[in-house]
Amino acid sequence: MGNKIVDEPILWTSALTRQVSTDEEQLTILQSIDLQVNAGEAVAIIGASGSGKSTLLGLLAGLDIPTSGKVHLDGVDIFKLDEDERAALRGKVLGFVFQSFQLLPALTALENVMLPLELAGVSNAEVSAQRLLDRVGLALRLHHYPKQLSGGEQQRVAIARAFATAPKLLLADEPTGNLDSATGIQIIELMFELNREHGTTLVLVTHDEALSQRCSRQIRLADGKLVQ
Amino acid sequence: MNFFKLSFLMLRRDLRAGELNVLVLALVIAVSGMTTVGFFADRVEMALSSESNQLLGADLLVISSHPLAESYREQAQKFDLKTSTVTKFPSMVFNGEASQLVEIKAVTDGYPLRGKLYLGGTRESPQNRVANMIPEPGTIWVDEKLMVRLNLKKGDLLEIGSTQLAVSELIIREPDHSVGFMNMRPHVLISAADLPATDLIQQGSRITYRLLVAGEARNVERYRSWIEQRLTTAERIEGIRDARPEIKAALERAEKFLSLAALASVILAAAAISLAVRRFTLRHLDGCAIMRSLGASQAGLSQMYLLYFVTLGVVASAIGCLLGFGTQEILTIWLTDLTETALPWPSWLPAIHGMLIGMVLLLGFALPPILNLRSVPALRVLRRDIGRPNAHSLIGYLSGLAALSFLFIWQAEDLQLGLYFVAGFIIAIVVFGLLGWLLVRMLSGLRHQAGGAWRYGLASIHRRTISSLVQAVSLGLGLMALLVLTLIQDDLIEDWSTKLPPDMPNHFLVSIQSDQLQPLEAFFSRHDIDQPSVYPMVRGRLTEINGEAVSPDDYTADAHAERHIRREFNLSWASDLSDDNQIVNGAWWGNASIEEAEISFEEGLAKTIGVKLGDRLTYDIAGSPFSAKITSLRKVDWDTFRVNFFVIVSPGFLEGYPVSYVTSFYVPPAKTAMIHELVREFPNILVVDVAVVINQVQQMIGQVSQAIEFVFLFTLLAGFVVLYAAIASTQDERIYEAAIFRTLGAKREQLTRAWAAEFAILGGLAGLFASAGASALGYAVGHYVLHLNYTVNPWIWVTGIFVGVIGVLVAGMMGTRSTLTTPPLLTLRKIG
Repeated sequence: MGNKIVDEPILWTSALTRQVSTDEEQLTILQSIDLQVNAGEAVAIIGASGSGKSTLLGLLAGLDIPTSGKVHLDGVDIFKLDEDERAALRGKVLGFVFQSFQLLPALTALENVMLPLELAGVSNAEVSAQRLLDRVGLALRLHHYPKQLSGGEQQRVAIARAFATAPKLLLADEPTGNLDSATGIQIIELMFELNREHGTTLVLVTHDEALSQRCSRQIRLADGKLVQ
Repeated sequence: MNFFKLSFLMLRRDLRAGELNVLVLALVIAVSGMTTVGFFADRVEMALSSESNQLLGADLLVISSHPLAESYREQAQKFDLKTSTVTKFPSMVFNGEASQLVEIKAVTDGYPLRGKLYLGGTRESPQNRVANMIPEPGTIWVDEKLMVRLNLKKGDLLEIGSTQLAVSELIIREPDHSVGFMNMRPHVLISAADLPATDLIQQGSRITYRLLVAGEARNVERYRSWIEQRLTTAERIEGIRDARPEIKAALERAEKFLSLAALASVILAAAAISLAVRRFTLRHLDGCAIMRSLGASQAGLSQMYLLYFVTLGVVASAIGCLLGFGTQEILTIWLTDLTETALPWPSWLPAIHGMLIGMVLLLGFALPPILNLRSVPALRVLRRDIGRPNAHSLIGYLSGLAALSFLFIWQAEDLQLGLYFVAGFIIAIVVFGLLGWLLVRMLSGLRHQAGGAWRYGLASIHRRTISSLVQAVSLGLGLMALLVLTLIQDDLIEDWSTKLPPDMPNHFLVSIQSDQLQPLEAFFSRHDIDQPSVYPMVRGRLTEINGEAVSPDDYTADAHAERHIRREFNLSWASDLSDDNQIVNGAWWGNASIEEAEISFEEGLAKTIGVKLGDRLTYDIAGSPFSAKITSLRKVDWDTFRVNFFVIVSPGFLEGYPVSYVTSFYVPPAKTAMIHELVREFPNILVVDVAVVINQVQQMIGQVSQAIEFVFLFTLLAGFVVLYAAIASTQDERIYEAAIFRTLGAKREQLTRAWAAEFAILGGLAGLFASAGASALGYAVGHYVLHLNYTVNPWIWVTGIFVGVIGVLVAGMMGTRSTLTTPPLLTLRKIG
């Protein structure tokens, strides 16, 4: 497909550190992380539970604020932006798939997929959303609410939503964590297929070694530090 | 496992973490609002009765035709009450050759115990002044009528029985001056010490003995119950409620207004608590699931939560009571110049009420849904999507409704008013619920046509249909209570005050003779006074009902009825029914000539003496019998202070009997001098000045209105808590929504718009419900309870919907502001 590797990485961090203070002590969750993700790559961040994987993902997306360090996303130093500007950048550049799907219970499958399109002001949101749901095999579930869908179906909706705005970078946080293994495999297949079709860069957080092997590169985290 | 300890640990943790803020706030404000109302109403009520008691000259009168037992007075003193006695009888007094029948009052020290006795000014200080003692032995105080009629001046010797007393003061106004038509002779006041010397106390004299009692309301009540068991048939007691119908009506209406205000805060509290409990239940699901998975029994969980809530209720209600006591003190200080007398100290009853109200409200609304938590499946530990119990349990609402109904009826202290509220409340909830459901369905249909923000607003409301309805109905009820209290209360009070127009008759003329009608008319024209209607009056004693003789002895059980039978009735005739009379049963005679005399009887008195439609009454009029059938029962509006009769006869039957006339008219303050002239020109006519009573009633209305307005501030505060609770109850869902929106790239403004749309729709629904409910309630309360012709104010709809939309919108946006600044990851982790 039209994957094009450009000089500047689509995502890079510099000395990214996240600390949390409690009454007694200061916990360092992430310590001075430097990493690069180039366009078109599929990178797996792996590590044991509590190693800081999800915190790192959150910082990469600008969903959380680091104690120090930088994140450059699509050429922009995201922590120089305010919250609204970061949100706008996310809407334009990023797609998300979460372990617990994170669909809005008030909205139907179709409306959930339309949401990022409408937020971005896309005019034919409904048509695009329908096409995507069709693509993930939910053509007959358009008007179902999340609670009327199975876990696998919910994750399909979430994947359709993630690809709706044709993001440059897809962030996935343990996307199969809440699914049985058979469904998990189907979801992963779907995600990689769409990733290829859209030429999206993928950053996948998982503790599943087998899954991580499907990515072109693995970054290992332990105790908040990168171990290459 | 020690659930006792666990319960306290959990309560402490939740309190510290602020989990119970809404619940505690709702309960504290509810209870403090209620107890403020309670304490204050208690004091105002006591003050009101004590002010009205000024018209009696005491808090309680013991009246008898025989000398009263000394033990009555001693017992009153034992109860720490002040006493005084009045011996009252009619007698002739002489100034040389001139004589006049007067009402003599012989009083002991302390008279009057309530109210003030005003005396005329002296040459040195022409101002009227308040008497601070009773007449000295050897002196007599006389009123203006007697001064005029006997042409007296100070220092003249007045012959009274076998003694002579020197006129020393002019009585301007007595507190216990009777307004009835029976005692309109001139009045004189003497010291009881002079009584024996008059030799007037003889067998057969028409003497009334009165013991005046006054003191703290509680002691008066104790004394009242003590003496009620000892009264002989010749004795009766009279408090303000037993006395004048117009004061009684005003007092009862005042009490109803206050309980109305109190009821409004009950509704608000219930709504707030019910909303807060929903959030509590959702937040405690996981904890319960974990405890269940660790082996906690259902009974154990129930015990723990019961203990948790009882403790919470007791603590919050106690804080509420303390706050309520404090605020009513502030209120009292603020309002001190409102009441002439210092407000009496409140009783402890409102505090006990407050604790009970707090517990009933909390347990009634919170317990059933919270006890439901015990049935959370332990499996929820593994799968968070299961075991989400229905946060709106039917049982919960039913038990809440039952608790509320109980409180309504109890608070109203009036079964009818309470039942009206309960019925209105249930109907409102059902109608609002159904209407709301339909509206939500209709609106959701529109969401595919609606643009961005509206779509998400509508989607949120639709997804949480039940929650949204509960929110809209709670807010609607709260807003309804506020609307009722502001707009409708203003209207009702206005309706009530307008019933006392500034030119309301303040003088009555009685015993006008037929040949005086024309000269009187001329007199009024001369003084530029509108000709008042003149009513004929024939006096007759009721002797038979349906052919059976009646005697006062048949009515010994009811002193009020007995008095009416003993006295002569004032019978009048009229061809038209006046405005302040309303036929409630039977029919008024038209203009058609009728063969046989008919009677229209006042319904209250008919009940008292036990006569009904169709009964034939026989009166003894000046020695000859007059008989007629009751063909209608009338309700009389005694508030108007116009001439009214218990018994009206169809025209053409009484004209032959000895007749006199009675009228009432308004004398502007500038023209009071004409009354002197009237008395000189028509010496036989009795002039009764009711200005004092009217002033008292008007003042009372003013004070009650102010008190209600203050109480309304609490209702308003409670209204804000409902609003806060309503918004907080969906806060968690909103925080989650915000996180997803933000993650997907929504700008703050986009999210704000979506929520604003939701809040506006919710507020609009609440406003609609509130306006509809307030109109219906105002009409019902005005019409059926307060008996006012209340017309629904169309502005209520505009105000209701506007206040609903703006209020919920502003409060909602303020309440959700913090969620907009929370980093999304934090939320997604916490909830996800």
